[in-house]
Amino acid sequence: MAGNTSAKTYVYVWTALVFLTFITVRVAGVDLGGISILVALGIASTKAFLVALYFMHLKYESRVFRIMTGVVLVTLAVIIGFTFFDTALR
Amino acid sequence: MKSGAVTHLSAKDFEGARMGMWLFLFTEVLLFGGLFLLYSVYRSEHVAEFHIASRELSKGFGLANTLILLTSSLTMALSIHAISTRRKKLASLFLITTILLGSLFLVNKYFEWSAKFAHGIYPNSPELVKHEGGVVLFYGLYYAMAGLHGLHVLAGVCVLIVMLFFLLKDIVNPEDYVKLENAGLYWHLVDIIWIFLFPLFYLIS
Repeated sequence: MAGNTSAKTYVYVWTALVFLTFITVRVAGVDLGGISILVALGIASTKAFLVALYFMHLKYESRVFRIMTGVVLVTLAVIIGFTFFDTALR
Repeated sequence: MKSGAVTHLSAKDFEGARMGMWLFLFTEVLLFGGLFLLYSVYRSEHVAEFHIASRELSKGFGLANTLILLTSSLTMALSIHAISTRRKKLASLFLITTILLGSLFLVNKYFEWSAKFAHGIYPNSPELVKHEGGVVLFYGLYYAMAGLHGLHVLAGVCVLIVMLFFLLKDIVNPEDYVKLENAGLYWHLVDIIWIFLFPLFYLIS
């Protein structure tokens, strides 16, 4: 199962993750106003995707795994997003 | 390692085993997701105070812990890759490295939080309750979420130690290493959770 991915791929992914970590720290020092949190979350999501797709092998599993994960992420987005329909309008 | 192949001797369903682990991980996502929900609402209601409170957290400790966990995910993946290519000794070395890195994360946490406690910053401390509501909320969320995450790291380290034992005893072996894969899945999720915790608590500019 794990034979699908080479050790080299894992190291490349790790390099990208470390690079993105330093980008996150750098960007945090810059005042971007309202979109700062979006940039931070965007970079964090990219890192999370890399970990999930490569380290957790999601890219090489059957499609049903990716569908299930997608459903969970959409559910979470709805749970958090729709709450703001309430709290943001109080 | 797919089940049902004619040449496969084991009756085990490896894909099913991994799917079971993914289902458990989904419950963990919703667990931490609920806490992230609290964070997002309270932050939107106390933007300035969250900024002020965040300045007290040590970016150095946060960054170090992020790099430690990212590297531990690499060594975890390499451990599984090694056993899948029949290199038991290499797999053990990578697994031991993962355990050490996870433990290093916890040691860092100990020092980081000791310093915080010494400064009087802990839930319901006399020093903390002097501050504005938003600051108190920030630290409540910080200790709850980072604390719960730390407990997950501790549990993960314990699981990985058991996996090391299994690996050395050949219970986890090149024909059947799904236990190690599943332990790896859990470990990567713990890494992913920290990937979000770090910027949201330590890097609010």
